[in-house]
Formats: sequence, C-alpha cells, structure tokens
Amino acid sequence: MKWFWYASPQTFYPLAGTVARICAVLAVALTLAGLYVGFFVAPTDATQGEAYRIIYLHVPAAWMSMFLYVVMALWAAAGLAFNTRLSFMMARALAPTGALFTFIALWTGSLWGRPTWGTYWVWDARLTSELILLFLYFGFIALQASIDDRRRADRAGALLAIVGVVNVPIIYFSVKWWNTLHQGASVSLTKAPSMAAAMLTGMLLMTFAFWAYAIAVTLARVRCEIREQG
Amino acid sequence: MIFKSIIGRDILVAVRRRADVGTALLFFVIVASLFPLGVGAEPELLRMIAPGVIWVAALLSCLLSLPRLFEGDHADGTLEQMLLGSAPLGVVVGAKTLAHWIVAGLPLVLIAPLLALQYDMDEALYPVLILSLLLGTPVLSAIGAIGAALTLGLRGGGVLLALLVLPLYAPVLILGAGAVAAADAGIDPAAQLLLLGALLVLAGAFAPWAGAAALRISIE
Repeated sequence: MKWFWYASPQTFYPLAGTVARICAVLAVALTLAGLYVGFFVAPTDATQGEAYRIIYLHVPAAWMSMFLYVVMALWAAAGLAFNTRLSFMMARALAPTGALFTFIALWTGSLWGRPTWGTYWVWDARLTSELILLFLYFGFIALQASIDDRRRADRAGALLAIVGVVNVPIIYFSVKWWNTLHQGASVSLTKAPSMAAAMLTGMLLMTFAFWAYAIAVTLARVRCEIREQG
Repeated sequence: MIFKSIIGRDILVAVRRRADVGTALLFFVIVASLFPLGVGAEPELLRMIAPGVIWVAALLSCLLSLPRLFEGDHADGTLEQMLLGSAPLGVVVGAKTLAHWIVAGLPLVLIAPLLALQYDMDEALYPVLILSLLLGTPVLSAIGAIGAALTLGLRGGGVLLALLVLPLYAPVLILGAGAVAAADAGIDPAAQLLLLGALLVLAGAFAPWAGAAALRISIE
C-alpha cells in the first residue's frame, strides 16, 4: 500500500471530491432515515414524553463534538510529525465542523433541559465541559486566524490542539467532580443499552449521518484550502 | 546552572522594573475589591464567594502578566540567542516559567490572606487557601507559558492569550477554590490539594517542553 500517495494535495484533491460527494448523499439519506425512525417509529418515552426526541440530534452531536476534537489533534500531530501540508489542512478544516457540533449539542441540550429539568442551563458537569470544549475550538480557530504566516499558523494551531486534547480529560473529570446532575449515559459499550431498539436505531442512523456530514464538509473545505494554496 | 542564572536574571530584570510587578498585584487586589461593590456586602454572602473570587482574581492577574514572559527577550533578540544556545530550550522555558511564578505568582499567594481578611474568611481556612494557591499558581504559569509562546508577537496577542489559556485553567480553578470551599464545609481538603499537586507535577514535567516547541514555532 502506498500510504503516502494521497498525502500530496494534488493527488488528494480528486479523491476528496469523490468521497465528499458520496458522503454528502449518504448524509442526506441517513438524516432522512434517522429522523423518520426517530420521529415516527420510535416509541414515546415513558417518563419524558415526546420531549426526549431531541436526543436524536443531541447525543450524536455531543459524540461528534468530542470525537472531532480528537481527530483534529491526531491530524495536527501527524502534521507535526511528518511535516505534511495536507494534515494541517485537515486539522484546519475540521475545526469549524467540530465547533458547530459542540454548539448544536449545547443548544439542543438546553432545549431538552427546559421541559425535563425546568431550566435552559444548569452548571452540570457535562454541559460545562462541553462549553469549555467550545472555547477550546474557538481558541484554535482564533489562533490560526490571527497568524498571517501560513506555516506558523498551522504549527501553532497543531500544538494548541495537542495541548488541548491532553487537557480535555483533565477538564472533564475535574468538572465532573465539581458538580453533576446530568442523567447517566444511556448508551454504553460495556453493558446492554437501556433503551428501545427503535430508539437506538434512530440514534445510530443519526450518528452515521453526522459522520457522513462531517466527512463531506471537511473534505469540501480541504479542497478549498488546496485551491487557495495552489 | 543555566536554570539558576536565567531565574536570577529574570528576577533581576523584574526588580529593575518594579512597576510591572506592582501593577499585576494591584490588579489582583482591585478585582477582588470590586466584587463586594457588585454583589453586596452581606458577610454571609462574601464568606461564601471568597474562595472563588480570590481564585478567579488570581487567574486573571496571572494572565495579565503572562505576555511579559517572552516579550522583552523577544524584542531585544535575547530569545533568539537562547534558541541558538546549547542549553536545552525546555530547561530555559522551565526557568523562565519559574521566574515568572516567583515574580507574578508568589506575591499573589502572599497577599491573598489580606483579601481573605476583607472577605471575613474563617481564619482556620487561611492555611488551606495559601496552600492551594501555592500549588495552583505555578500550574497557571506553566500552562500560560505555552500560550504566551504561541501568541508571541501577534497583533491582539493579549486577548487571544486569554482565549487560549483560560479554558485550560478551569481544572486549577475548580480544585483550588474547591479545596477552600471543602475545608469551609468541614470536609478534609486533602483530595483537592493532592490533585492540585498532581497537576503541578504534570505541568512541571511537560509544559516547559510544549512551551519550547511553541517558541520554536513562533520564532523561525
């Protein structure tokens, strides 16, 4: 396998176009399927009524927000290690999508909190760490935006992403320790999920839809970057 | 060797320009003094918010003095000589971080009891407050050094620095203020203090090297 064949922006450009198009179609199809299952097939929750249905946006967005930060830091680390321009472009292209998902997670969370907790915002551990994650994304974007020299911007952002990813668990556990009243995780990999099969299907469909969306948008953005830098 | 001489030099430079040190310290006192004006002067309330206010003020004051960490040396070319020199850059950054803490962090620790007095904090809590600041403020300097190195010479660097560094300060704030609050509630604050110590060890071991990498990125 020629792993580094596609590390060159020139060869990556057409591949990114193809994958982005496929993922865009997938994203639309999966979103429609996921929302259909979520809104029409899945049963009404016994305690929270219809309000719980925002879970189909909230939970996948929250997963993606954290996952994308890690992916961004991995690309950043790869960029620093192999000195490949494409890796930095990927890290740079992932940041706005990650920030968007973090914002969606916070927004839908507050909309969900209103009927169930009776308030839009509580200083709960997960909400607070998600908010701090949003600040970390903004910091990354702001740092890159304020450096004119492209090479320095890429490397400085990369270092910040790596420092951030080391800190995310520390922030999470310190905030969790500080205060928590969030409901326990309803999906876990170690024990059987405590939700109906249809609910789980809807959520997984939406998760894959978000994945496809993230890939499509990121690759489209990378293509713009490649064009811009020539 | 180089470690000691850099610390000595940085402290000497700071002593020659005393006003800078004084400003950050004064800022700490002023921020803490503004809170009673804003939230009201009920002793009960003040006693409750005292640990948080003192810690947040310390955070901001530390942030205010961070740009000075590398700026002066960058402006007169000393920093480039340090980068070219044979001493490991991580050691240089570590020394400068420690010097920054001695100049900007230690005075905060020493003056904090005075603020605690203003906030009518229980005297039994003073040792916990001082210990938490003593463990926590070096972490602020260490993490801040990375941010200061990354934003070196950028326009609007100060505000950007705040955006980069403040989210990373959250655990220190939680543990530091939490230790005092726990002691106030009659709980043993050892857990928070030990975790602060762990953060200090982690930051002390890794942050200087990250700061060194950041400096190399900023000065090429």
